[in-house]
Amino acid sequence: MSDIISRSTLASKLAGLVALVAIAVLIAAPWWGSVATERLIGEFMVYLALASLWNLLAGYTGLVSVGQQSFVGFGAYIVFSLALLAGWNPLYAVPMAGIATALIAIPVAKLVFRLQGAYFAIGTWVVAEVFRLGFAQMSILGGGSGKSMPANVVKQIAETKFWREATIYWLAIAIGIGALAMVYALLRSRIGLALTAIRDNETASVSLGIRIERVKYLVYVFVAGMTGLVGALFALQKIRITPDAAFSVNDWTAFVIFIVVIGGIGTIEGPIFGTIIYFLLREFLADLGSIYLLILGALAIGVMLTAPKGIWGFIQARFNLSLFPTGFRVLSKDKS
Amino acid sequence: MDWVNAIIQGILIGGLYALFAAGLSLIFGVMRLVNIAHGDLIVATAYLAWVIIKATGVHPLVSLIFVLPIAAFIGYWLQIGIFNRVLGKDILPPLLVSFGLSVIIQNGLLATFTVDSHKLNAGVFETSSFEILPGISIGYFPLLMFFTAIAVIIALQYMFYHTSLGRAFRATSDDTEVALLMGLDNRKVYAWAMAICLAVVALAGVFLAIRSNFDPFMGPGRLIFGFEAVIIGGLGNLWGTLIGGVILGVAQGLGAELDPGWQVLAGHLAFLLVLAIRPRGLFPRIAG
Amino acid sequence: MSEPLLTIEHLEAAYGDARALHGLDFSLNAGETLALIGANGAGKSTLLKSICGLVSNKSGRILFKGKDIAGLPANEIVKQGIALVPEGRRLFPSLSVEENLILGGKVKRSGHWSLDTIYSLFPILKEKRHAPSTSLSGGQQQMVAIGRALMSNPDLLLLDELSLGLAPIIIKDIYELLPKITGNGVTAILVEQDVTRALHSASHFICLQEGHISLSGDPKLHTRDAITRAYFGT
Repeated sequence: MSDIISRSTLASKLAGLVALVAIAVLIAAPWWGSVATERLIGEFMVYLALASLWNLLAGYTGLVSVGQQSFVGFGAYIVFSLALLAGWNPLYAVPMAGIATALIAIPVAKLVFRLQGAYFAIGTWVVAEVFRLGFAQMSILGGGSGKSMPANVVKQIAETKFWREATIYWLAIAIGIGALAMVYALLRSRIGLALTAIRDNETASVSLGIRIERVKYLVYVFVAGMTGLVGALFALQKIRITPDAAFSVNDWTAFVIFIVVIGGIGTIEGPIFGTIIYFLLREFLADLGSIYLLILGALAIGVMLTAPKGIWGFIQARFNLSLFPTGFRVLSKDKS
Repeated sequence: MDWVNAIIQGILIGGLYALFAAGLSLIFGVMRLVNIAHGDLIVATAYLAWVIIKATGVHPLVSLIFVLPIAAFIGYWLQIGIFNRVLGKDILPPLLVSFGLSVIIQNGLLATFTVDSHKLNAGVFETSSFEILPGISIGYFPLLMFFTAIAVIIALQYMFYHTSLGRAFRATSDDTEVALLMGLDNRKVYAWAMAICLAVVALAGVFLAIRSNFDPFMGPGRLIFGFEAVIIGGLGNLWGTLIGGVILGVAQGLGAELDPGWQVLAGHLAFLLVLAIRPRGLFPRIAG
Repeated sequence: MSEPLLTIEHLEAAYGDARALHGLDFSLNAGETLALIGANGAGKSTLLKSICGLVSNKSGRILFKGKDIAGLPANEIVKQGIALVPEGRRLFPSLSVEENLILGGKVKRSGHWSLDTIYSLFPILKEKRHAPSTSLSGGQQQMVAIGRALMSNPDLLLLDELSLGLAPIIIKDIYELLPKITGNGVTAILVEQDVTRALHSASHFICLQEGHISLSGDPKLHTRDAITRAYFGT
């Protein structure tokens, strides 16, 4: 009797079912929900995407970037540039933004990869500052005070407000779920196996022929491109861009890091839980202003000191649960 | 003449940047930790000085007598209480913890002192200067900052290579296990290193606060300047860090001459240029 | 008959899930030199590291001068009078020869050993006192490592693989100096791949085999055959 090799667990199968139902409900939101609901869910998707991507970078590839805002802002500015200066329909500018951001990430990677560890992190931050200061110098895009998208351009997305909001909303769902799905697919693939090997033992994986630098490079560029898509989405959501908002380290990095750390770094489920917790906290605490951020920071430190694998990591270890399995399990056919 | 002035001012501000960087360098050398909250701690000590001066009315430079030991004390217990508990082979926890600390400090300062900027008043000393050539003058205060940076580097080098504490730092950073066999308690060695780092941070903070306005959000900018000075100069070399700071200051000065909006950007570009052609810095001594 | 200097009771140690020591029991009297032999992975280094505090133990007691030191951290144990000459020397590369020695004496225990007496034992080190410690030859580095351990004036000296990576003539020189080191009342445990040399220098021996003691006693009272069998567990 041969054994069955399985990649899924009962929990994951259930979760998959629940997810399909949830996605169907979400897609129908323009009809059952208000514009405010669509915007809230859209924001949730933005953070879900950013968190999943940052987690892939830091938790799996070991690249701790404190400068992903470079790519968010860049994607956003590409959309604005194409829509305002080249007359593109903003919707079509979105995929272009993703591609352009991936392309700009190539020389950026060449530079920052010269640094290691925490110095790499600060290096990515410097790059973000260069982007921010650079775009602030471009008066054609509004300089330091930024620019709004004129009504006639916005109308290109869709004629009526209902369909505009719905279109942007569906785009957000696509990007949010899409990023999560792509990260999951990547981690189940051979590259994912390579990443896990690198994470477990870098020296050994080199000796097995895994070209670490190449893998890291590819993942970094991929994540940058996806992050650019998120930035493009942000541009459509806000219809107004400023360098400080587009390249904000708080909005695009600090919150994202806290989400991943509190949710559970190095797990696929972690960013999902982290985003949920983040939005719950925001509901109750955002009125406190700066104290709210202080609490987030303290929470992140507390988690790192007591449960470094985050809330999901704790649950996973305790109950041996996996909703997004990437490993293989041997199911013995013969029960004796 | 403006260009020459810009270069001279750039050289002198390099001293301040070297002060930003010295603590970073020390901590990285001893325990391979890069504290993202380093810049915020500089700003926090500036606020500490401001509070003390408000209460006692002393001159900012005199306030250092209080600020330095308090900062060192805070550094010691920060290391014992937080950083020692996350230091290890994984670089992620210390980095994330220091990031959290950065956010806490910024928002704590904001909540306590509001977003208004402040400045420490050092009297006429701040702006007095002397002419070395027609049209070129050097301020006494920038000169003091520069010489303080040199003095601090000399002191740190001496401490590192000629005292038993420095010996403990070097041994612990070489081999933590065998250092234990010598009777050294790593936790205390690291705590003393952080205490010294914060003392230098306090020096930098007070100088920063005399030189210009400060507000709760200036931290990351100072961290970046310090970091750029370290990378340009080369890891593990404090004198290299001074040169790195000077290069950064000069680049910024020249950038500002072209266009005031280009000041900080010019520094970043100089940093990226060095990173591109000499990734290990100009005078490296240890591997990153 | 006075109490043994060192008594090991039911000592167990593990690295993660892999058990390295399975309930060891033995004792050592002051002034003795114990040779610890066994194949790679038998547990010799683990035992030494347990004694000096670098490895924490699952269970068991380590009684040194009557006091249980099993839970103490390494930096406390060296103050009690146990010093390790680590496998592979492990000098501090950022420190000079003299700085390595001075650091060894940090715990300030009184005794025969000081910079001067170490330099008399190893004159070449005095010549090279300011050189970076890792710029010395293998044999000279071994001298520094031994000197560094002696500087703490230990009552128990642990020597882990003295001959590792050294040329035979250097090994011979170092072992010839061994009586001068242990002669001053220092008790020693000697881990050594070279079984003959180890047994020749010791008054007692223990053979470890997969974490157990397979044979022990006075080297002169056991045949080479018996020792070989105990070594390989046949």
